Amino acid sequence: MRADPRGVLTGVHFMDGDHACCEGALAAGARFAAGYPITPSTEVVERFAARIPTIGGVFIQMEDELAASIAILGAVWAGAKAFTVTSGPGFSLMMEHVGLAVMTETPCVIVNVQRGGPSTGLPTLPAQGDMMQARWGSHGDYEIIALSPNSPQECFDLTVRAFNLAEKYRTPVMFMMDEVVGHMTEKVVIPPAEEIEVYPRRYTRKSPGEYKPFEPCEDLVPEMVRAGTGYRFHITGVTHDERGYPLINPEAQDKLVRRLKEKIRRAAGELAFYEEEGTDAADVIVVSYGITSRVAQRAIDLARAKGIRVGKLRLITIWPFPDEKIRELARRTGAFVVPELNLGQIVREVERAAAGAARTYAVPHAGGTVHRPEQILSVIEEAAR
Amino acid sequence: MIETEDLVEAPPQNPVEPYLRTDRLPHIWCPGCGIGTSLNCFVRALIESKEDLDRLAVVSGIGCSGRVAGYVAFDSFHTTHGRAVPFATGLKLANPALKVVVYSGDGDLFAIGGNHIIHAARRNVDIKVICVNNFLYAMTGGQSGPTTPPSSITTTSPYGGFEPAFNLPHLMDAAGAVYVARWTTFHVRQLTRAMIEILHKPGFCFIEVLSPCPTLYERRNKLGDGLDTMKYYKEKSKIRHGAPTSEVALDKRGEIIVGKFVDRNRPEYLELMRAQHRAQLGDRFVEAPACLCD
Ligand SMILES: Cc1ncc(C[n+]2csc(CCOP(=O)(O)OP(=O)(O)O)c2C)c(N)n1
Ligand code: SF4
Repeated sequence: MRADPRGVLTGVHFMDGDHACCEGALAAGARFAAGYPITPSTEVVERFAARIPTIGGVFIQMEDELAASIAILGAVWAGAKAFTVTSGPGFSLMMEHVGLAVMTETPCVIVNVQRGGPSTGLPTLPAQGDMMQARWGSHGDYEIIALSPNSPQECFDLTVRAFNLAEKYRTPVMFMMDEVVGHMTEKVVIPPAEEIEVYPRRYTRKSPGEYKPFEPCEDLVPEMVRAGTGYRFHITGVTHDERGYPLINPEAQDKLVRRLKEKIRRAAGELAFYEEEGTDAADVIVVSYGITSRVAQRAIDLARAKGIRVGKLRLITIWPFPDEKIRELARRTGAFVVPELNLGQIVREVERAAAGAARTYAVPHAGGTVHRPEQILSVIEEAAR
Repeated sequence: MIETEDLVEAPPQNPVEPYLRTDRLPHIWCPGCGIGTSLNCFVRALIESKEDLDRLAVVSGIGCSGRVAGYVAFDSFHTTHGRAVPFATGLKLANPALKVVVYSGDGDLFAIGGNHIIHAARRNVDIKVICVNNFLYAMTGGQSGPTTPPSSITTTSPYGGFEPAFNLPHLMDAAGAVYVARWTTFHVRQLTRAMIEILHKPGFCFIEVLSPCPTLYERRNKLGDGLDTMKYYKEKSKIRHGAPTSEVALDKRGEIIVGKFVDRNRPEYLELMRAQHRAQLGDRFVEAPACLCD
């Protein structure tokens, strides 16, 4: 399906990442947003609040992030595409509804413009400390999709993709920005609506009598309906059967939770988006994501100037983690170097996926600013030795 | 040949049955519980109100009362503890053609969900809230909550509670609800009538339904069974329509003021939103489609 032109601000813009994210959401068809102000993410909803009355839709500033994160789920079941936006403290408050969205298979996008934590931490300064929270933050066992942009252009492009993946897999998608990418202003090209692919909601064609809200299709994703269309369906966060009726026993739990995980896991290959360069004969591969990938690029250039054979793998999909890609690279390189604005999160995943086939070096940073390229360079040099 | 079944007269069907998910019965509620009585009133109100039931959505939080969403044969949403109101807000704002009813317990709506309900009332979001007040947290075994009358014995106030309780109609009145009433499960006719009224009234409407929880509240407080509670409701209730909500606070077994306390008109949320945007944006204003799904 093509994008609705009313939401597409076609043209070449000079725009920051937060605004580009908002434009991506509008282009993807989001006509409902609920939010609660928090630096450094607020510009996304500020722009939505300004834009949406000229497009046709609703923005509501809720009383807190618990409310914002469930108001969007209500809007989705009414038929809207919807998202919310936050940063660390608000992200923590949203976790219960990440679980509800997973359990009820409600497609939505949750944007986190990351700042330093824990707690209030560094309200105005960058970090990448919520990467594991994005994966594991809600209770119970589940899988999630998370993307990480490294430029305002990608804030636009990947927000569209985040909405599309949410619809395709009927899952919340985490859009993991950081303060620098959110506030960085660069050229953003927004294509014409007819060049933007939008994944439509998977509405059923079955009649109310035949339809079961949680009966999976071949790809394990069930078809959807929306309120007010005569299906008289029931949705619950309680473990449920295919009719959506609560069923509290180990068998129902096993069947449901396995399917919820498996529908994402089995798609891990097609969900693995990354940028790869110079890995063929690399002794060292730098694995990075978000703003850190841009600092890492400088370190890679410096290392290459010194004659070190360095490759680059920039992760765009963080979750499901691209195990297969890391495994493949681990077979042909000596070491991975993983800089990130936390004291070691995604590096554990790299190490796990590499499973000893290549060495893994962290380049930790507690956040507040970005790495100095030399910090990363020195670890590349150490890894190349 | 005559089939034996033809000879057995089918029992007359309960008129509310077609509106319930009978394939989910028996329900979980205890004998003497008031939640089922309130639900019976609700379904009768729906029948009488002639609402388009395909456009009705019932949203509950978590609790014994929160199970209502699971038993009604409408679009129904069993959400998280305390968050039925913001879910309902999203549902309503994205498709204003829906009639959205929140059906939940006093703990759900006023303890964990207290912040949400006052803001929904302030905004005058067009949702209808039915609060079953059984004076405690029943689902989790009978703990005290913000509506528990002082001196009540609960599992977390084993020596009797001492925290002052909320006066729910007063709170909702102050927060801006356009309709506020209180009835008990003894007042089934009045309760049904009130439910019909809120189904027809635009804006944020609130009904408090006092309801026995014989298993946990009455038993622990030696107040008898469900029937004794009905007698109490009958004897100690006074109907005072229009009573100032500041005067309707409850205590453990004292007088109960019931009635319709507030019935006023205020523009609802979407109306305000549209008017403001239209006034400021003029020709640039684009009205949201009837449903954001379009
Ligand atoms: C976040 C969260 N905290 C606590 C609970 C446990 N819990 C379930 S129902 C409930 C209280 C329900 O009380 P009320 O709303 O008064 O409904 P009742 O059972 O009395 O009808 C609690 C505390 C929960 N489900 N979720
Ligand atoms: S515990 Fe109380 S509120 Fe819950 S079903 Fe039993 S009587 Fe009703």
